[in-house]
Amino acid sequence: MIWPLYDSGVASGLLAGFLFGFVLENAGFGSPRKLTGQFRLEDWSVFKVMFTAVIVAALLLWLSKQFGLMGTGSYYVPTPFYVAMAVGGLLIGAGFAIGGYCPGTSVAGLAGGRIDAIVFMVGMLLGTALFAAWFGPLEDLYLATPGPQGQTLMDLTGIPEWLIILVLAAMAWGGFKLGGKLEQKLGGPYQASDLYPADNKQN
Amino acid sequence: MSPRPFWSPLWAGIALGVALFLTFVLTGHGLGASGFFTRFTAEVGQWLAPELTAANRYLGDYVRGEPLQAWITWEVLGAFIGALVGALSGRRFRPQVERGPSSGVGSRLVLALIGGILTGLGARLARGCTSGLGLSGGAALAVGGFVFLICFFAAGFLFSLIVRRYWQ
Repeated sequence: MIWPLYDSGVASGLLAGFLFGFVLENAGFGSPRKLTGQFRLEDWSVFKVMFTAVIVAALLLWLSKQFGLMGTGSYYVPTPFYVAMAVGGLLIGAGFAIGGYCPGTSVAGLAGGRIDAIVFMVGMLLGTALFAAWFGPLEDLYLATPGPQGQTLMDLTGIPEWLIILVLAAMAWGGFKLGGKLEQKLGGPYQASDLYPADNKQN
Repeated sequence: MSPRPFWSPLWAGIALGVALFLTFVLTGHGLGASGFFTRFTAEVGQWLAPELTAANRYLGDYVRGEPLQAWITWEVLGAFIGALVGALSGRRFRPQVERGPSSGVGSRLVLALIGGILTGLGARLARGCTSGLGLSGGAALAVGGFVFLICFFAAGFLFSLIVRRYWQ
């Protein structure tokens, strides 16, 4: 068991973050028009990139455990709070559709020069402050319906990990197929040339 | 100069998956983003209203130490640098208010602010955001991550219908 290294240092954060931001921007995820295109069904990049990343990382984590490089329970698995996570997911989905970003992509958006990403970030600070101010009345919802500690899909279904990953991959493949069809029909996905006019016009 | 094309979603997804896995190997947890904004809110609160922030039951814990001295701060800073390098090397850096062709600057910024507020609230309630809970929780095959993702996509489709005309 040589992994994880449990390194929470500055270099570790900068390296992980650098890769994260570099990939997000190159996927086109600094652009709110491209990001929200997912919800208009004309650009399936968000679904494709997220699902692929989840499956690749899950597969590599599973392989690390098979080869004895990583122990079960050696890395963080969030404990579910079903209602709070469902409501939080709904709010972030709404915020994404309306505002054009999520927290991570707003960082990529700002790095690409977007003023609207700063305004979105100010909104997030206000939303966080509101949550803190309303923590009293919200606390019941925040703590309601906790699930088992670090509950995984294997715990929930009894299906082995490799098969869960395989089922997710099959679902992703279906999503890729369906998404590709709809993209063709609706004139997507957004290309860099659609979003970045070559004349560098100031808005 | 014309921009370089984006990576294909499949390759971008594989690259993101490998980066996420490396983060697990390095730290024992995944990537995140909203935690930084929580800490930043605590920092601003400490500065604007120190007593109120210290007494707050949610943010109080953050201001007992230095709220911004955390791994996630370096990670978000790294993400900014990485995206900046991506934008510059891809000739995609444009100072702008990005919006749909039929949307004005004012309405775009109002929607950005409203979306940000909803996202800030939602991330605190869910204890994470699209990257921290959806992506990293999903990769850890956590039930919570998938509950979050299903609701995230459902609300995205629904609310997208309302604001469609601002983007198209």
